Amino acid sequence: MIRTTPFHPRLSELDTQRLYTHWQGHLSPRRYTHAPKHEYFAVRNSVGVFDTSPLYKYRVTGPDAERLLATALVRDVRRCRPGQAQYTAWCDERGFVRQDGVVLRHAPDDFLLTAARPCLSWFAAVGEGMRVLVEDVSDAWAMLAVQGPRSRAVLSSLAQETTGLAFFDHAPVTVAGAAVTLSRTGYTGDLGYELLVPADDALDVLDAVLEAGRGHGLRPFGEDALSVLRIEAGLVLVDVEWTDSRLAQTDTERVTPTELGLGWMLGGKDAVHETDRAFVGWEAIRRELREGTTRWRTTGVVVDWQHWDELHRGAGLLPPVVEHPHPYESVLYDAEGEHEVGYTTSFVWSPVLQKHVGLARVRPDLAAPGTPLRQEMALSHHNTSVRVTTTRLPFFAPERKTS
Amino acid sequence: MTVSTGPTHDWDALVVGGGHNGLTHAAYLAKAGLRTLVLEKNELVGGAAITEELRPGFSFTTFSYALSLLRPEIIQELDLVSHGFLPLMMPSSFHPTGDGDYLLLGDDHGQNVQEIRRHSPHDADAYDRYHHDLDQVCRAVQPLFDNIPPDVFGTDPEDQADVAWLLEHLGSVDRRVLHDTVRLLTGSASDWLEDYFEHEAVAGFHASSSIIGSKVGPMSPGSGLVLLFHKLGEHDRHLGSWAFHKGGNGGFTQVLARAATAYGAEIRLGAQVSAVLVDGETATGVVLADGTELRAPVVVSALDPRRTFTELVDPVTLPGDLVDSVRRMRFRGVSAKVNFALDGLPVFPALPDTDDHFGGFLNIGPTIEYVERAFDAAKYGWYSERPFIDAAVQSVVDPDMAPPGKHVMSCFVQYAPYELRGSTWDAEREAFGDRAQAVLESHFPGFGDLVLQREVVTPLDIEQRTGLTEGNIFAGEFLAPQMYFFRPAPGWSQYRTPLRGYYQCGSGTHPGGCVIGSPGRLASHQVLRDLAR
Ligand SMILES: Cc1cc2nc3c(=O)[nH]c(=O)nc-3n(C[C@H](O)[C@H](O)[C@H](O)COP(=O)(O)OP(=O)(O)OC[C@H]3O[C@@H](n4cnc5c(N)ncnc54)[C@H](O)[C@@H]3O)c2cc1C
Repeated sequence: MIRTTPFHPRLSELDTQRLYTHWQGHLSPRRYTHAPKHEYFAVRNSVGVFDTSPLYKYRVTGPDAERLLATALVRDVRRCRPGQAQYTAWCDERGFVRQDGVVLRHAPDDFLLTAARPCLSWFAAVGEGMRVLVEDVSDAWAMLAVQGPRSRAVLSSLAQETTGLAFFDHAPVTVAGAAVTLSRTGYTGDLGYELLVPADDALDVLDAVLEAGRGHGLRPFGEDALSVLRIEAGLVLVDVEWTDSRLAQTDTERVTPTELGLGWMLGGKDAVHETDRAFVGWEAIRRELREGTTRWRTTGVVVDWQHWDELHRGAGLLPPVVEHPHPYESVLYDAEGEHEVGYTTSFVWSPVLQKHVGLARVRPDLAAPGTPLRQEMALSHHNTSVRVTTTRLPFFAPERKTS
Repeated sequence: MTVSTGPTHDWDALVVGGGHNGLTHAAYLAKAGLRTLVLEKNELVGGAAITEELRPGFSFTTFSYALSLLRPEIIQELDLVSHGFLPLMMPSSFHPTGDGDYLLLGDDHGQNVQEIRRHSPHDADAYDRYHHDLDQVCRAVQPLFDNIPPDVFGTDPEDQADVAWLLEHLGSVDRRVLHDTVRLLTGSASDWLEDYFEHEAVAGFHASSSIIGSKVGPMSPGSGLVLLFHKLGEHDRHLGSWAFHKGGNGGFTQVLARAATAYGAEIRLGAQVSAVLVDGETATGVVLADGTELRAPVVVSALDPRRTFTELVDPVTLPGDLVDSVRRMRFRGVSAKVNFALDGLPVFPALPDTDDHFGGFLNIGPTIEYVERAFDAAKYGWYSERPFIDAAVQSVVDPDMAPPGKHVMSCFVQYAPYELRGSTWDAEREAFGDRAQAVLESHFPGFGDLVLQREVVTPLDIEQRTGLTEGNIFAGEFLAPQMYFFRPAPGWSQYRTPLRGYYQCGSGTHPGGCVIGSPGRLASHQVLRDLAR
C-alpha cells in the first residue's frame, strides 16, 4: 500500500494535479498546479513549502551517542554543538560513500539523524557494545521545508526565534501550540528552514504556515521544482549522483567522499594526519588521499549556449531547453571530443541562471574551473557533443542563503 | 578597439536616449572598449520600460510590463544574470469568454487541450496544428529577425552577398511555410485563425496578440503581422511565452543600466539632447537643452525615427526621399494604460477559491468580434465604449510588487487613438479610465470596491514622457511597409544615417518595438564594424 504523509490531507486539497512520485513508499507530489515553474519561482523569489516527511528519521541517544556518530559519520560530529546541525555522509569500510543526511544535535547525548534511505541496522551494528539507543522515529515526525527569500518573514511571524537562527542552527519553538524543531536547513540552496513537527500536530502547524504565508506568495512546491532547485544548489542526490556502495555491483558505481565533492567533510588538509578520529572507511580514505588514487572530481559544467544553438539550428531545429533533469547520465569528452574524461550525472536548464548546467564527475586533472570539455548529446538521432566548461559549485548561492 | 580621440572628443560615443535600446546599445559599445555616454532626458532610465512606486509599497509598471521578445543572445552576451536579470515566468493565460465561463491555459499541454475541448472538440486538435504551423513560420523568419536586413538597394558586393543570403534562405523554406508567412505578414489575424478554430472565444483568445500597439482590428489586414511578431518571443525557449521581470520592466532596465555601467558606460540623467552637432556631412557631437556641448565621433539616436531624422538634425540637410518617408511613416498610437493598486484580489465568480488564473495575462476581449467592435471607435477618432484589455495582476507572480495581501494590476487598454475628434486626452482621461474599469467590473463583480488608486496613462502621456511619437508603443507601427528593409525608411534599415558618425538604434529600426533589445544590439554591430574599417 502506498502511504501518505501527515501533511497529505491538507496539501492534497491544494493539489490540482494528483501527479505523484512514490518517494520512499509515500505519495510525493510532482507539482501542485499545471505550472511547476510557478512553484520554482516561489522558492527563488518568494516562499514555497515542500513536504519532506518521507525522509527517514533516527533518534540517537545515550552516553555514547556522540561516539557512535563520530564513528559512523564522515563529518566530525564532536564539533556540532547542541542547537547546531550538520550535513554529513557515511561510508563503508573501503571509504566509499553509502548515504548522506542531516544530523541535528539537541543535547550532548541526544541527536536526530535524517536519511534518504533506511539505515537503522547499520548504525546499530556500528554501535554494537556502546551505551547508545538508535530508534526509528520516522513516523513520529512530519517534516516541512519552508524555503525562499520570504521564508524568514513568514516563519518569524509564527516563531520569533526564526530571526536569530544562523545557517544550520536549530531551535525548539512552538507553532500553533505544537512543539516543533525549527532548523535553518533545506535542499534548495536558498534561504530556508525545515520544521520537524510531531505527526499528530502536522495539520495545525501546516495551516499556521499557510496562513502566515498568505500575501507572501507562498505556494507548495513539488518534486519537479525541487529537482531543478537542488541542481542549481549543487546538492547531490543518492541514486542519481551515486549509488550506495553497499548496494553497488562494481567499484565504477561507487564514489569516495572526495570524488563526490564532499571532501570538505573530511575537515581540511591536516585531517589526513589526524589519528584521534577513526570513522568507518577512514583508513581507506587516508590511503586514497595519501596515494592520490582519487579517480574523479565533482564539478559543475555549463553549456556553451552559442554552440548549443548552432548545433540545433544546424539540424533545422529551434534550440530547446531541458526543463526536466535528464533521467540518464551523459558522457563527457575532452575539448577535442576524442577521449572520454568523465560523465554528467544531472543536467537541466536553470531559469535563474539562464544556462544549461550539470553536475559532473571528471578526471582530476581536468577539474580546474574553466576547463573546456564536451558533453555527448543525441540530436536528430545522431550522437554529437556540445561544448561545456567546468565551473565551481554551487551554481547558485545567493547571499541570503547564509546571511 | 582604438578610436582616434583628439582633444575635441569628450567621448568615443554618445547615445541619445536611455530607453532599453539605448542602454543595450551602450552596454555593447562599452564592452567593446568605447568610452560611451548615455544621455537621458528623464530622471530615470528605461523610457517605456519603467517601474514607479506611485503609492508606498505599490510598484506600478507605468507603460510596458511584460517581457517576451528580449533576444536570448543579449542575456548571454551582456551577462545580464550577474547584474540581476530575473525573469519570472508567467505560468498561465486567462481568457474570460464573456458568458461567465473562461479559458485557462497553462504549462501542461494535455490539460490545455482538454480545456479547449471543453469549449470545442473541433478546436482541440486544431490547437496543436495552429502552434505547429506558427512555430514553423517563426523558424523561417528568425534568421531575418536576428540579423541586420540586407540593403536591397545597395550595389556593392557586400550588399549583393547579403541579398543572395536572403534569397537563399527564403529558397530553403518549405513552400507551405513560406506561404503561411506571407499570409501572416499581409493578411488579417482573423483570416489566419479561421483556418484553425471554430469557437469564437478560442479564436478570440488567439487573436489577442494581433492588435497590440497597432491601429488595426483583428479583421484588418496587417493584424497577422502583429500576431506573428508577438509569437517570436522565446522565454526559456518557448515561443510566445512571457515573463514578468523582477520589479517589472523597470527592474529589467535597471539591470541593463547596471550592465552598461559595469562595462564602463556612463549614464547622465536629466540630460535632454536638443540637437546633434553636424559639421558638413559628419556628426560631431550633441548639444543639450541647457546649452552644454559634448563631442564624439559617434552619435547614436535611440529615439524614434521622427525625432532622429526631423528633430535632432535639420531635415533640410538630409536627402528629401528619406525625410519624406519618415514623415509618411505611421505612428498612430492607440494604446493606453490603466494601472491599479488593489486592496485584494479581484474575484472571478466561476473561480472563487484560487489565484491560478492570475499567474499570467488576463485577456479581456472574449471574441474577435468584441475586439473588432472596440476598434471601430478608433477609426473615427474616439475611444472604445467597451475596450479590449490585456491585464496582469503582477503581484501574484512577484509579491514584492505590493504589500502583503494587496495587489497591483497593470491594464494595457485599447483602443485609445492619440488624436481625439472634438476633445482632448486631458479632458477624457478619467472618462476613459471609467470605461476600462467598467469592463473589469463586468467580469469581476466588486472590482471597484478594491481600487485604492488608479493611474490612467493616455497616448499623450506616453508621448510626453517617453518621446514616443503619437504615443506609438513601437516607435513606428508594425505595418508591412514599415518593417525589415523598410524600417524606418527604404535604404536606411542598417542603422546608419546619411550623416557620417550618426546612427540610429531605437525601436523604429529593425526588427522593431517591444522590450527586445535587438535594435540596440544590431546597431552596435554596425557601429563597431564601421569603426574597425
Ligand atoms: C504603454 C506601453 C505598454 C507596452 N507594453 C509592452 C509590454 O508589455 N512588453 C513589451 O515587450 N513591450 C511593451 N511596450 C513596447 C516597449 O515598451 C517599447 O517598444 C520599448 O520600450 C521602446 O524602447 P526604446 O528604447 O526603443 O525607446 P524608449 O523606451 O521610448 O526610450 C527612449 C528614451 O529616450 C529618452 N529621450 C527622448 N527624447 C530625448 C532627448 N531629446 N534627449 C535625451 N533623451 C531623450 C526618453 O526619455 C526615453 O527614456 C509597451 C509600450 C508602451 C508605451
